[in-house]
Amino acid sequence: MSTLPANQTTGQSIPLLSATSLTCIREERLLFDQLDIEINTGDIVQVEGPNGSGKTSLLRILAGLSQPFEGEIFFNNQLINQSREEFHQNLLYLGHLPGVKGEMNAQENLSFNLALHGLNNDATDIKETLAEVNLSGFEDSLASHLSAGQHRRISLARLYKSNARIWILDEPFTAIDKQGVHALEQLFKAHINQGGCVILTTHQDLLTFEPSQIKKITLDYIVE
Amino acid sequence: MSLANLSYRAVFSLVLKRDLTIAMRHKDDIINPLLFFVIVITLFPLGIGPEAQTLSRIAPGIIWVAALLSTLLSLDRLFKSDHDDGSLEQMLLSPQPVFILVLAKIFAHWLITGLPLILIAPLLAVLLHFNEQSYGALILTLLLGTPVLSLLGAIGVALTVGIKKGGVLLSLLVLPLYIPVLIFATSAIDTAALGLPYSGQLAIIAALFFGSLTLAPFAVGAALKVSTN
Repeated sequence: MSTLPANQTTGQSIPLLSATSLTCIREERLLFDQLDIEINTGDIVQVEGPNGSGKTSLLRILAGLSQPFEGEIFFNNQLINQSREEFHQNLLYLGHLPGVKGEMNAQENLSFNLALHGLNNDATDIKETLAEVNLSGFEDSLASHLSAGQHRRISLARLYKSNARIWILDEPFTAIDKQGVHALEQLFKAHINQGGCVILTTHQDLLTFEPSQIKKITLDYIVE
Repeated sequence: MSLANLSYRAVFSLVLKRDLTIAMRHKDDIINPLLFFVIVITLFPLGIGPEAQTLSRIAPGIIWVAALLSTLLSLDRLFKSDHDDGSLEQMLLSPQPVFILVLAKIFAHWLITGLPLILIAPLLAVLLHFNEQSYGALILTLLLGTPVLSLLGAIGVALTVGIKKGGVLLSLLVLPLYIPVLIFATSAIDTAALGLPYSGQLAIIAALFFGSLTLAPFAVGAALKVSTN
């Protein structure tokens, strides 16, 4: 096991990602109000709430894709739009959409995504990574011929190569089979032990983690 | 393992290569706007009659209007499919500058739609009894003008990409912006037909080109941020 990050023992140092008084309004409906969030290295955060409670909105706001109605987001105590490049180097966001092009094969898709994030993308490496997500034999198949679960696996393959510290994952287990879910949870565990953090939404229980280990953000559906 | 600081040129060629690969595997993107261009132009001699004088008088306008419309037709592909499958989000979240990403995509769009137009336009010009003296002006105005169409059009697409049925809105937004290019391009060709120098009009189109080359990608980047919000 690698050493625990310093701030877990001291509780003093800067949080990796934090947000102050986040308010989100969608279609004239208040989804959450004055939400304060602090995420440290080594945290696994599960955002909970019924459908339509704003889980995806919250993740998109934390990733900087959407603007909150009110509130600010800090990465290492710097506003994320002031340190865009540094923040994006440390961010891996996977949303509802896998971001996989049907016209390219699995290998090309992964290779482009890695290269775009400045990561090594030589062919043998890519093959190994695709094997990790059970896609060996599919490297040369056009993504349009693959299933939804396989698309998701292509985008999840980036997790194996990423050196980003913040992982924001929106329903990462959708269309993934049981063994796949287990492998992913192991990956999350390794990631937080190496000083990263994981923020995710899922309706499944995370079985590999102790319930006390998981930080929860519960979004209550505000009925007017 | 990390090569976090890719040079701008590496990012540009990475995105360019990707977009060209996708276009080559999805050939209707290249062929359809081109066919549209050909068909629109061949309709005019049929509708107006084969009279050489009339046709050669209106030929510059026909070719340029057809070029505008066929560019408009192809614009949708610029960001739409990337937006729909989530790869646009991933690009915006990458540590690379949005300016370079956008510029590479627009350049790919021009290579796929603008360049074939320039290659085929002289052939279609023959069909319209185009004045022999103005072929040079036609090629030059297209060469300088079609990139402007792609650059300005990209702003419109970036603004409407999040809207379900943005097609009509896109043409309402973009076509008025194309008017200056149309005016100066056809004027250059007409002047060339009279055997007069047309460098003035060409210089204005070049100014439009460099202006939009340097400014449009910023506008597109900002518009994409709004659209993915």
